[in-house]
Amino acid sequence: MPMLRVEGVSVSFVGTPALTDASVEIGTGETLALLGPSGCGKTTLLRVIAGLQTPTRGRVMLDERDLGGLAPHLRHVGLMFQDNVLFPHRDVAGNVAFGLRMEGRPRREIERRVKELLELVGLPDAGHRAVQTLSGGEQQRVALARALAPEPAALLLDEPLGALDGPLRERLLDDLRALFDRLGLTVLYVTHDVGEAFELGHRVAVMKSGRIVQAGTPDELWAHPADAWTARFLGMRNIETANGRPIVVRPEAVRVSPGSGARVVSVERRGAVVWLRIRSDEGRELDVATTSIDHPRPGTSVAYEIDPRGIVELDN
Amino acid sequence: MRRPAAARIAAVGVPAAFLALFFLYPLGAILERGLTQAGGLRFPGDVLFSHDTVEIAWFTVWQATVSTVLTVLAGMPLAWATARLRFRGGRLVRALVVVPFVLPTVVVATAFLALLPSRFDRGVVPILLAHVFFNVAVVVRVVGGYWARLDPRLWDAAAILGASPLRRFRELTLPALRPALAAAAALTFLFCFTSFGVVVILGGPTRLTLEAAIYDAATAAFDLRTAAALAILQLVAVAAIVAVSSRLEARAGLVAPLAAEETSSRRPSRRERLGLGAALGGSALLIGAPLVALVRSSLDTPNGAGLAFYRALGHDTPSLLVAPWHAVLNSLGYAAVATAIALVTGGLAAAVIAHRPAGWLDVAVMLPLGASAVMLGYGFVIGFDTAPLDLRGSLWIVPVAQSLVCAPFVVRLLAPALRAVDPRLREAAATLGASSSRIRREIDLPLALRPLGIAAGLAFAIALGEFGATVFLARSDHPTLPVAIFRFLSRPGAENQGTAAALCVVLMAVTATAVLTAERLAARRGAL
Repeated sequence: MPMLRVEGVSVSFVGTPALTDASVEIGTGETLALLGPSGCGKTTLLRVIAGLQTPTRGRVMLDERDLGGLAPHLRHVGLMFQDNVLFPHRDVAGNVAFGLRMEGRPRREIERRVKELLELVGLPDAGHRAVQTLSGGEQQRVALARALAPEPAALLLDEPLGALDGPLRERLLDDLRALFDRLGLTVLYVTHDVGEAFELGHRVAVMKSGRIVQAGTPDELWAHPADAWTARFLGMRNIETANGRPIVVRPEAVRVSPGSGARVVSVERRGAVVWLRIRSDEGRELDVATTSIDHPRPGTSVAYEIDPRGIVELDN
Repeated sequence: MRRPAAARIAAVGVPAAFLALFFLYPLGAILERGLTQAGGLRFPGDVLFSHDTVEIAWFTVWQATVSTVLTVLAGMPLAWATARLRFRGGRLVRALVVVPFVLPTVVVATAFLALLPSRFDRGVVPILLAHVFFNVAVVVRVVGGYWARLDPRLWDAAAILGASPLRRFRELTLPALRPALAAAAALTFLFCFTSFGVVVILGGPTRLTLEAAIYDAATAAFDLRTAAALAILQLVAVAAIVAVSSRLEARAGLVAPLAAEETSSRRPSRRERLGLGAALGGSALLIGAPLVALVRSSLDTPNGAGLAFYRALGHDTPSLLVAPWHAVLNSLGYAAVATAIALVTGGLAAAVIAHRPAGWLDVAVMLPLGASAVMLGYGFVIGFDTAPLDLRGSLWIVPVAQSLVCAPFVVRLLAPALRAVDPRLREAAATLGASSSRIRREIDLPLALRPLGIAAGLAFAIALGEFGATVFLARSDHPTLPVAIFRFLSRPGAENQGTAAALCVVLMAVTATAVLTAERLAARRGAL
């Protein structure tokens, strides 16, 4: 049974549609990544669920309860912003305790819970620090602890790693995934980063111009992107036309070997995977993903073949 | 980047010399008069601890406190609306709310005389109302400006964590706004503490603030020692308030989590529209009603509605040595000269301060703002009465005193504007071959034109309305508008009251024109 269900939600700002007939479901303990380019309406959808934005149409159900018309402070969802939005006039513990105080929990319990959460996010001794003295990553950890403290029925995250860089981002991403699983949280994770979405999401919903174009597990999405736009957004560039229909050639389905028929245009190593760009003698250009230890250098002549299972027909 | 020594000395020296001669010297005269008697030092304890003085001091503090509380309460709704909501005419509202602040005190006092039924038109209530009228702009601008810069998602975050609207106000809005509220309250308290025109016109004979008591002692009772002693008390009190308020203001400048300008305001929800309507309507009533009453009373002649009071401005009157319209010309002339002086001294001081904040010059140019206008006027009267500095009767003395009142505002506007110039612009100009004087001319000056224009308009408006110092110094054959209005008001008869109202309308119109013209010109010039 889904914990969070969004049914046919539309939002328009002064006549301009920002969200059109969006529906998603998130099961209990499931993480759904909402993926799309900036300005596609994913933050609007999140704000509708949180009650910060009134939808023009549609409804939001949390645990079989219609949230329609309910003010944000009565909804019992957690929200984490891109740039933390910590209360500047309260220290770390004061921020984490905020939601608990709103619920009127006894002081003892609040203290215990704050301690517990700060340990959970790896900042056990930061309780009395001013939030301005924390680093960006630490601030995001506090924001997470603050959102989790009142044990929300669903946790919404709006590009929580967007303001962080490099290794810090990687580490926090790992921590988030571990935490979501351990706590069995129901999570909606908004991001524009395909890697983040695939890494965190049990399922991923792809959004474009206010519409949800496709939803499925990362494997499903990668195996059968709905259309050329989605395939391109996921990072596949081998989009061609066969028999008048668009197809995509998955880059891992192309195999190269010493020989002739094509030439290597460029080589790029991304971790364990090496990406080749090859151009065939007929002028066909293809991305190739390989995991070989040895790879051809740019300019070398190669032969290539395509595993037919890696050719996916797309909708028009 | 170092400027040539001569330019630096001039930039520091001109304002410093001006302040020494026209501010510190008269101040010294007051101290001398107040602290000596029969050639020897004597603490004026008899004056300061007399029953009268204690009562006056108590009333001064009491009315300033109550005025401040009322002003904050009255200003908060509009601060919220202008900071948080986007609505048609929002910019106009933000501009209009400043109008009361630049209106001359005598105009506002006369307006409340016209508005209130004669049973209530003298006493505590009209004083408090007039103070709220003036200072609502301070609250709306200071608190609203700070509020608009706070990230609105803080309130979203609190709501999602379960805080109801009331709790959000208590737990987030109030604490987050505390620095701005404190700064606005301190500033309002200062203005109400040193209020003069409003108190002498609306207070009646028994309601005296320190400021009014100094004037009374100096002009009505000719008790120069008492006046000086009260002035010293005023100086100490004001210095303390200024110290507290400038510290609070610096704190308000502390950066809170900032939001991009456009995200911080949004369209109001249905319930917020109700609040917006109430805030706008209430403020319009508070600000509009006295002004409408003023205009109406200027048209309300004994023979029905008409322009008789305006026509009378051209004729000689027993209440004044010259025909009232001369006062218009005098005021314009004095204000123009005062503005020029304030721009030169204040501008030079700002240029120095911008690059060396919190130096002694910074404090020095702000002093006249703290030292009250009445004190300044009285200091001039007793300081410049003997050769070689016998300026009594000189026409220059009026704009010089007015410029001292204006200059702090000029500095306050210009110094931050100059400081805000990205230093890399100057570095870029330098690498392109501009000398340091060339950089001032090509970079700093053009970028400062807009604030310079606004400063000029504000200085002109303040000089036009200046009353506390001018009333001591203006020769009776050369009255300014506020002084003329005061003379008419202090004489009985509908004729005099009506003429005062008509002069007030003229003064209001001239002030508004000056401010709006300056803003308009500045907007055009500043559009780089």
